[in-house]
Amino acid sequence: MPATSTDRIEKQIVLEAPRSRVWRALTDVRQFNQWFGVNLEGPFKAGEKTSGRITIPNYDHIVMEAWVEKVEPEHHFSFRWHPGSVDPSVDYSKEPTTLVVFTLEDDEEGTKLTVVETGFDALPESRRAKAFAGNESGWAGQLRNIAKYLKENS
Amino acid sequence: MVEYPKLDLVFRALGDSTRRGMLRQLARREQTVSELAEPYRMSLASASKHVKALERAGLVRRTVRGRTHFCRLNPQPLAKADEWLRGYERLWDIRLARLEELLRHPDNEDSDR
Repeated sequence: MPATSTDRIEKQIVLEAPRSRVWRALTDVRQFNQWFGVNLEGPFKAGEKTSGRITIPNYDHIVMEAWVEKVEPEHHFSFRWHPGSVDPSVDYSKEPTTLVVFTLEDDEEGTKLTVVETGFDALPESRRAKAFAGNESGWAGQLRNIAKYLKENS
Repeated sequence: MVEYPKLDLVFRALGDSTRRGMLRQLARREQTVSELAEPYRMSLASASKHVKALERAGLVRRTVRGRTHFCRLNPQPLAKADEWLRGYERLWDIRLARLEELLRHPDNEDSDR
């Protein structure tokens, strides 16, 4: 699994489906809504905003807003949003957004999908996170070391 | 996401290298306060202050036998803190697993339209 720094999250998955099929699952808003767990009004158009309520249990009080950046068929789809805006009483609109980029590549077994979300370091919330996530001398590293130690030694 | 009430205290406790070191010592075995103080060449009083911060966070349990204070690690709040740290990232894992699932059913697309 690709490394996660404090500013970015990167995930990669190989999907057993042709690129055109994966592309539709990503950018056809009805299909996107199904797997992403949201009810966006869509459709996705570069430069436009779309919004809708999250449908994942425990997160369904959140309204998601996405500003579509780029739509390059079967290759690149990106939007900006407010990540982790989980508290309805907080106004996130003034805060910086993070950028979510989906990239598609051919793979022997189908299509390689990479998701990269960047811009966490600019967020007030994750100024805290920066101090303890990702870095080995930080809290996350410590927690994992201790958890690992406990597993090996008990 | 419901915040574990002691999380502030846990992160505050972990925000100090001495205390993190003490937790690592305790991960090996139960220790007395003076054993915990030893690697840092600090007074019992200062070591005791650190232990108290760890106790408040629920990371350490202290028992007194005779005149000696024994400390042991209580890992549960660490699990809570770890969960909090990974919370956002986990949402992406959930979503990608759902995308994989959606693509596994080829007729999914048509039934939708």
